[in-house]
Amino acid sequence: MRWRTFSLRVDVRVLVVLTTLAFATLVVFTLSVARGEFPIAPVDVLATLVGAGDHATNFIVLDLRLPRALTAVLAGGALGIAGAIFQDLARNPLVAPDVIGITSGASLAAITVIVFGDANGGLSVPLAALGGALVAGVVLYALAWRGGVQGYRLVLVGIGVAALLTAGINYVLTRGQVYEIAQAYVWLVGSLNGRGWEQVWPLTATLALLLPAGLVLGRQLEVLQLGDDVARALGVRVERARLALLAVAIVLTGVAVSAAGPIAFVAFIAPHIARRASATVSPSGVLPVAAASGALLVLGSDLAGRLLFAPTEIPVGIVTAIVAAPYFLYLLRRANRLGITG
Amino acid sequence: MAAAASVAAPAASSTTALLASQRARAVGLAAALAVLLGCVLASLAIGSLTIPVGEVIAALTAFDNSDAHVIVTELRVPRTEIGLLVGAALGAAGALMQGVTRNPLADPGILGINAGAAFAVVLAIYVLGVSTTATYAAFALLGAGMSAVALYALGASGRDGATPIKVALAGAVLTALLVSLTSAVLIFDTRTLDEFRFWIVGSIAGRDSAVVLSVAPFIVAGLLVALLAGRWLNALALGDDVARSLGQRVGRVRAASALGFVLLSGGAVAAAGPIAFVGLTVPHVARTLVGADYRWIVPYSIVLGAILLLASDVLGRVVARPGELEVGIVTAVLGAPFFIWLVRRRRLAEL
Repeated sequence: MRWRTFSLRVDVRVLVVLTTLAFATLVVFTLSVARGEFPIAPVDVLATLVGAGDHATNFIVLDLRLPRALTAVLAGGALGIAGAIFQDLARNPLVAPDVIGITSGASLAAITVIVFGDANGGLSVPLAALGGALVAGVVLYALAWRGGVQGYRLVLVGIGVAALLTAGINYVLTRGQVYEIAQAYVWLVGSLNGRGWEQVWPLTATLALLLPAGLVLGRQLEVLQLGDDVARALGVRVERARLALLAVAIVLTGVAVSAAGPIAFVAFIAPHIARRASATVSPSGVLPVAAASGALLVLGSDLAGRLLFAPTEIPVGIVTAIVAAPYFLYLLRRANRLGITG
Repeated sequence: MAAAASVAAPAASSTTALLASQRARAVGLAAALAVLLGCVLASLAIGSLTIPVGEVIAALTAFDNSDAHVIVTELRVPRTEIGLLVGAALGAAGALMQGVTRNPLADPGILGINAGAAFAVVLAIYVLGVSTTATYAAFALLGAGMSAVALYALGASGRDGATPIKVALAGAVLTALLVSLTSAVLIFDTRTLDEFRFWIVGSIAGRDSAVVLSVAPFIVAGLLVALLAGRWLNALALGDDVARSLGQRVGRVRAASALGFVLLSGGAVAAAGPIAFVGLTVPHVARTLVGADYRWIVPYSIVLGAILLLASDVLGRVVARPGELEVGIVTAVLGAPFFIWLVRRRRLAEL
């Protein structure tokens, strides 16, 4: 009974946090479309959106800023939810897609194309990144599988995979020409510069499929946290649920990284912000809040990176940590009062 | 996060260990030391000019100024010393910090020590234009020390002090912050990037005996702390409350271990750059061999770390002749498959 009252209270708080985040995201989104080197009044933005803009605003809003802001929101949301799934599956708060090698796979493939291949042809780098992430994910799962995938082994095998891939990244970085290395480095940091609709559509399609799947699976994740035996007793097919969750998290990471580069910190921090802000550790509450915080974080960081030192633009991957780290450390200090130790 | 706490649950069952009896562990350690001696000899003998072991010994005992003798004493002896020190330091540092934070991911890389060193080195290249291994080492040590202080201040903030979970999270956040600042410099200055990319790989080539002498005190002191810490870490593994009831002063034990960790990881990153794989994985190998007893995990981690580093370095000299592969790349390529195999093979001793 007491448990039930508790869960009700948590849900209200989750709703409040989600609404706040959604509102903040809307505000930042509007700013993000309106502000920049060429500021546009919000009225004109609206006019452009309904098809009454002039040639210049059409180009700036519809071709440049809108797809970029959408990519930020979608990639941030995908990373947030993927990070939450990885951390809960592995039962380790330090786990992020880059710790267990998913992002490293994407990075190695992408910079190999940039440094040794012909990176000028539009989609080769994003496709390589997506492929790299998926291959790393499959290899990780295959290597960690031993009559089932257990969280602890998944993390350790992931470390091994990540180490190998990182060595590959360092190798490529020491062997290429400096001009290409500089280009590769910008990609490695994570940037939304020049993202267009060709990034938005695959992200939208993937999220439309996987976001509901992730939220539904969040319930199973909740049961999995009780331990495999309890979960089995409660009727969850443990291995199948874990495979599904891993697949969702890996694909979300791959698609996000392929669009925006490895903005690794987002996947790590968004779930922590979600847990602390909504004062819950239950995945069905954490997953949506993590998605919303990830989206807001990437969108806000990109805006800050564009405006702060204009006309010089700071890539979003650099700004995220500088924006989110102090806030997270504040939450960490406050943790005891909320009774959440992690 | 409640789920995180379950990672920290001690599973001190030495039944999962390969070497179950004290005697088997002692014999195993002796065998590991013998392998290490072999690695040392190989490191002195093998390179772009292969020198027979007899000649190597002659160079050390009866130096005659011949080319081979000069190569051994001027190049390979310092390089081997650095390899021994760095490998041992990384192994011990990983074991210490995994024990203190009770997290299998704790190592100089993920806790921000390497990131602090890297940031200091980038600033040194960018602002001061330095480009010698010895000055890199000085700045790396400075950066590692400063980020360790920041880590402790952040991790120990709040009411209940430096709990494992807070230190781990603070370290990860600190790493991200420092990596961001480092990237900010590298993105806008290609010349710095061009220098830095060779430091970040991690290498023990081209270090002279001055570098050895400057990092050795830190690392040796850190190794002593690590060896003493075994008993404390065993108590900490049972959880803070049990450790306290066993008479451990948890706060002091953590502070001492943290100091040892800083000396070891700072010295290692100063001498060789950030070599990520060794500190993270060697303690897990040790744990698979000897179980959850830190009095054995620490010495095994020290010896195995040195073996991995020296063997990787020797291999790196051979595979890419006439060039060399940096040791930071080889440790991962050599160590990761073995590590994955080991992790898959057994039921794991969790932290």
